[in-house]
Amino acid sequence: MRRTTFALAAVAVLPLALAGCTEKSSSEASAEDIAVTATDTTCEVGSAEGTTGNSTFQITNNGSKVTEFYVYGEGDRVMGEVENIGPGLTRQLIVALPDPGTYQTACKAGMVGDGIRADFVVTGDAVRQADENGLLTEAATGYKRYVVSQVDALQETTASFVAAVKSGDIESAKAQFPITRSYYERIEPVAESFPDDLDPRIDLREPDVEPGAEWTGFHRIEKDLWTQGLQPDTNAMADQLQADIAELAEKVKADDFTIDPIQVAGGAQGLLDEVAKTKISGEEDFFSHTDLWDFQANVDGSQAAVAAVRPIIDQNDAELGTAIDARFAELDAELAKYRSGDGFVFYDTVTEPQRQELSNKIDALSAEVSQVQGVVAGQ
Amino acid sequence: MSLQDSNPPQNSGFSRRRLFGAVGAGAALVGAGAVGGYAAGSSSSDAVSDVVDFRGDHQAGIVTPAQDRMHFVAFDITTDSRDDFVALLREWTEMAERMVRGEETFPDGAIGAGEYKPPSDTGEALGLSASSLTLTIGFGPGLFDRFGLSEFRPASLADLQHFPADNLDARRSGGDLCIQACANDPQVAVHAIRNLARVGFGTVSVKWSQLGFGRTSSTSTTQATPRNLFGFKDGTANLKAEDPAMLDEHVWVSPTDDQEWMGGGSYLVARRIRMLIESWDRTVLNEQERVIGRSKGSGAPMGLKDEFDPLDLDSKGPKGLLIDEAAHVRLASKEELGGIQILRRGYNFTDGSDGFGHLDAGLFFIAYCRDPLTQFVPMQLALARKDLLNEYIQHVGSAVFACPPGLGESDYWGSTLFG
Repeated sequence: MRRTTFALAAVAVLPLALAGCTEKSSSEASAEDIAVTATDTTCEVGSAEGTTGNSTFQITNNGSKVTEFYVYGEGDRVMGEVENIGPGLTRQLIVALPDPGTYQTACKAGMVGDGIRADFVVTGDAVRQADENGLLTEAATGYKRYVVSQVDALQETTASFVAAVKSGDIESAKAQFPITRSYYERIEPVAESFPDDLDPRIDLREPDVEPGAEWTGFHRIEKDLWTQGLQPDTNAMADQLQADIAELAEKVKADDFTIDPIQVAGGAQGLLDEVAKTKISGEEDFFSHTDLWDFQANVDGSQAAVAAVRPIIDQNDAELGTAIDARFAELDAELAKYRSGDGFVFYDTVTEPQRQELSNKIDALSAEVSQVQGVVAGQ
Repeated sequence: MSLQDSNPPQNSGFSRRRLFGAVGAGAALVGAGAVGGYAAGSSSSDAVSDVVDFRGDHQAGIVTPAQDRMHFVAFDITTDSRDDFVALLREWTEMAERMVRGEETFPDGAIGAGEYKPPSDTGEALGLSASSLTLTIGFGPGLFDRFGLSEFRPASLADLQHFPADNLDARRSGGDLCIQACANDPQVAVHAIRNLARVGFGTVSVKWSQLGFGRTSSTSTTQATPRNLFGFKDGTANLKAEDPAMLDEHVWVSPTDDQEWMGGGSYLVARRIRMLIESWDRTVLNEQERVIGRSKGSGAPMGLKDEFDPLDLDSKGPKGLLIDEAAHVRLASKEELGGIQILRRGYNFTDGSDGFGHLDAGLFFIAYCRDPLTQFVPMQLALARKDLLNEYIQHVGSAVFACPPGLGESDYWGSTLFG
């Protein structure tokens, strides 16, 4: 599924350049493909060089953890990614790299963290369209590609989470809860953009439930798992969650779902506001204290949204992109202090002064990101 | 008024007003028939008197006649880059100078920046006058180490010692720098601090802030003495702007005192003093007056008639000393303190109620002095040990800052320190 998605997205960006390659994308590896061998601790990329246009990677996971593979541009702009590569599997990624320059490849065993990075140097003439309209279209297309990739992963992880809940395996469900949510938290403004209560059905917190209304979604199941034990209707809640997320995926993938590139920047800001509003206080994951997973996911999602419009930022205000890079790096470094294993420490162990420091970093980043919309709009 | 009348603003460039100029003019026309000359007279005196000069030998907001309202904020510095910090000080200076004139923080900032940008002025002061806004900056002890400026840190600028009965809350104490905004309209003061904080994100972060709603001292002989939340006149014996020799002796730092860059500056001591209002309110008048040492009605020292009668610390009545040995005025008087005086500039505050239904209220004490170690510290030590008032108050926040001198034409906040 995902392979097709990426191929289609690439077609949309560069129809001419890719016209001759479409056939090949569905075929087996060719001599020009770059083999990537991932383990839990290594990431061997067959070539550190490419030319402008499309590069095809064949990623084989020889490790024991599920992994993912990314190609990043400036500012950690996601040029392409393939997620959920199980042990022993090989997946293909075709990625359009329109400009010459230094990109980065990354394997992420366990699907968290910055991954094992390496430079990937692209030479040749730029094949991108240079006009702004082209950049805006490309930004919207790129961001939609990101959203679709997250929704795909969300569906897969939710299926597994729901299965654990329904089998009564509380420990497994607890372990999967924050990981599953991460995919949602990265793109939450998109879910909020649909007018039919989809976001509240999936993500409402208990204090926000109106008297008499039914409380569904992640946080209801969270309460069952962590504090009150599985309830007679927990399984129904799990099924409901899976159905709601299927609905989200369907809406996101619909042909008529388009993304306004200026709204992408607004979404980046919205995600940071989320952090400032409910994560920093620990209200979001009140029962599980897994707020830092959400926190990181919001920040990652914000970074992806900013990265999608990065070429426009660079064109209109070169200093802003660099400033934002620095602020994301500072916040990531601060968050890294709370990493534990493949995840994070629980938020109830984070002290007030530590929360203050995180809040300072969010404020600093948010002040820069608040400028992005105007810059993208050419103001 | 002499300070601000000496150089009335030639350019009444109130863009904040001008935006509503058309509306204002229409209203004036409509009102002309009804109130005639009154409207014209009040608006012209308003325009002359409510802008305080931003530049001068000393920072405004110290001996400027105390305005009615205050928003005080302490920041921590979050950058290690001296360049970033100096850039912020320069930007703040420009913003401050504009706001003090009654203008927006940036030209046309509230609505003219484009629909996809957060407005560069938050807008809540649109249509309000300058309201005698003053903005005063001070640097805390921690700033100097952070930027490798230790050799420029005045010896007098150190975290205050722990005083007996202090119950300090770290979340309301200290800070690497402070800005005091005083104005006659609270919305103007809050607008100023909000906008300065907004552009500071990433370079500084707000550590704590305090709103004050009623000045608790007079800094000019033109002002009536206000009352504090205990109902007593406060600041009767304060230093006054009209006595420059006393200010030079007690408030303004001399360039030869310690650090040359502080010449013309002053030190700011801030103490959040919670008043135990409910206990006080259950205390009989006789006891209240004994504690303070002044009559509640007139403000006169005990046994005397007029508020400004000099303290007579030795007179006795039938029950002994007229002013109790531990009365607040006695312990705080220059006579008892070997001539020590400070310029008080505090404000009443009320931050709602605590969890027991008691008013969270008190005095946000601000004092300016030439040397906190030889002026504020001995005064506070004397008070903390003996003051009868201690039964009704608690010191819960504390901070000290070095306020640099005033700004010349091309100076920015702190340019004597950062060059």
